[in-house]
Amino acid sequence: MTNHPHLDIAAVRKVYGEVTALDDVSLAVEQGAYVVLLGPSGSGKTTLLSAIGGFIIPTSGRISIAGRDVTTLAPAQRPTTTLFQDYALFPHMSVAGNVGFGLKIRRVGGADCDKRIAAALEMVGLAGYGKRGIHELSGGQRQRVALARALVVEPEILLLDEPLGALDLNLRRQMQDELMDLQRRTGRSFVHVTHDQEEAMALASLIVVMNKGRIEDMGTPKRIYERPATRFTATFMGESTQIAGRISGSQNGIFNVTTAIGHLHAVGDAGDGSEVTLILRPENILVGAAGHVALGTARIREAVFQGAHYRVLASSEAAGQEFVLRLPPDARVEQGMALSLSCQANRLVAVAR
Amino acid sequence: MRWTRRLGNLVSGFYLTACYIFILLPVAVLILFSFQDGRLPVPPFHGPTLNWYATAIANDRLMTGLGNSLLVGLSSSALSVILGFLAAYGVSRYEFAGKRLLQGVIILPLAVSYLLVGMGLLVSLSSLGLGPSLAMVVIGHVVINMPLAFAICLAQLGEHQRKIEWAARDLGASTFRVLTLVTMPMIAPALIAAFCLCFTLSWDEFIIAFLVTRFDVTLPIVIWTMLRGGLNPQTNAVGSFIFLCSILLLLVVELLLFRKRRE
Repeated sequence: MTNHPHLDIAAVRKVYGEVTALDDVSLAVEQGAYVVLLGPSGSGKTTLLSAIGGFIIPTSGRISIAGRDVTTLAPAQRPTTTLFQDYALFPHMSVAGNVGFGLKIRRVGGADCDKRIAAALEMVGLAGYGKRGIHELSGGQRQRVALARALVVEPEILLLDEPLGALDLNLRRQMQDELMDLQRRTGRSFVHVTHDQEEAMALASLIVVMNKGRIEDMGTPKRIYERPATRFTATFMGESTQIAGRISGSQNGIFNVTTAIGHLHAVGDAGDGSEVTLILRPENILVGAAGHVALGTARIREAVFQGAHYRVLASSEAAGQEFVLRLPPDARVEQGMALSLSCQANRLVAVAR
Repeated sequence: MRWTRRLGNLVSGFYLTACYIFILLPVAVLILFSFQDGRLPVPPFHGPTLNWYATAIANDRLMTGLGNSLLVGLSSSALSVILGFLAAYGVSRYEFAGKRLLQGVIILPLAVSYLLVGMGLLVSLSSLGLGPSLAMVVIGHVVINMPLAFAICLAQLGEHQRKIEWAARDLGASTFRVLTLVTMPMIAPALIAAFCLCFTLSWDEFIIAFLVTRFDVTLPIVIWTMLRGGLNPQTNAVGSFIFLCSILLLLVVELLLFRKRRE
């Protein structure tokens, strides 16, 4: 084996007239990774996927897969297959015809072909469906056929273009589990595009957060959620309380931050004296003096019961700082009630403003 | 309000009935008197008899004309659909300068009268030293029918189909195999419908066929020649047969093209 990364994207740019869809994107992925490209619409995530699949040729930069430069190759010549958003199944063919299409093109014939089709259908839980027409299948089943069709030709990398968007919530959860399972069993690299951060966290071994054609942040779901590198990432990965402040010194990686609600300690990556925003996830705000860092007193402005918890919006009396936090479902929650808030020092993350 | 609406319904109902009578009554009369047991296809009706159909089948000129019409219809429709489909594929799948202009030029013959097409064909071909023949009719019919086939195919080659073609390319298919294994089978109903429609139009087209043929003539020309010799239930029989063929083909079009779109 070589020491090249399995998928290597180097300084890829894609410009459409005045618009820069991809701005100097570099990314290296090891074999067997489940990469999720996460971002809002227009962030360039789908453009990046299309560039990997060969549907878009980058303006500049280089893409190589398994050590081979594929930057300008047509989709047919690449060791990638795509699971399209609307499945793009061949409507005039049976399930087996769809799954066997790639094999037919590769001139795999006879018994070997039939065996591989059957194996692929079994892998996605559709054994015995070969003779059915596409129109007889439900949305979830069509998705599985599309998966089998893409995986049966044994691609180096499977590209998934918002594959779960059209499914209802229960089916989406189920397909998430099956995708993860398939990825582990086949050992292939998956690159998956979504705008849903929950989906990203459920699936990814590596999340790549994209915004305005650039990579904002990348790392494991845990790292991205708990220690976001930028304010955009922090906001996109879920709700948080954001406290504006200025760094006034540091000690052993812990920053002292001056804010409107007092001096706070935070972790993160910022220079002395710089303006920062402190990010604090709702579940990390503690009520009472349980945490090391006191956040002052705030009054409940709004509380919504959400089953497992109350989602509470509160504002501090002195500085008008807004907090979003969670209270247990059996807590006494009333509008205007005063709460004394605190948190642990390593839960406050400083990001550039 | 209510009585104005009722009056409106009454008027539009009457109008519709009148329309259908004007359109369908001549056809009904034509068919009825093809079964006339007598020498003239005029009232009063005697019969019915199938004698005139037997006479028509035994008529060599009519049968040769029928054969010629079939030949012209099948070949010109096949050519129209192949050319129309390829043009539609090119226009819908590739970006190039002058694309809209080209599209307009392809559609343009739809707006030109058959008389002009026929005369133009006659003039330009005789300047090339070519005389009238059935091949000229085929060319003339391709000129008028290809835009139709183009428009029908273009309507079927949307973004959804494009994604499906992408999927085929993604799985390794070359352009040729995408066309033959995916695109054409996928829109086969539209291709067949376009073929039937082109055939129907070619089948009873008169002006172009009249202008560019001399000895080998198509069925409408044979009928026209016979009609000049006076009314005869035999021509009614042939006319009914042509009508039946056209109706059957249009039924196929209806089933394939419009039923599918409704789904």
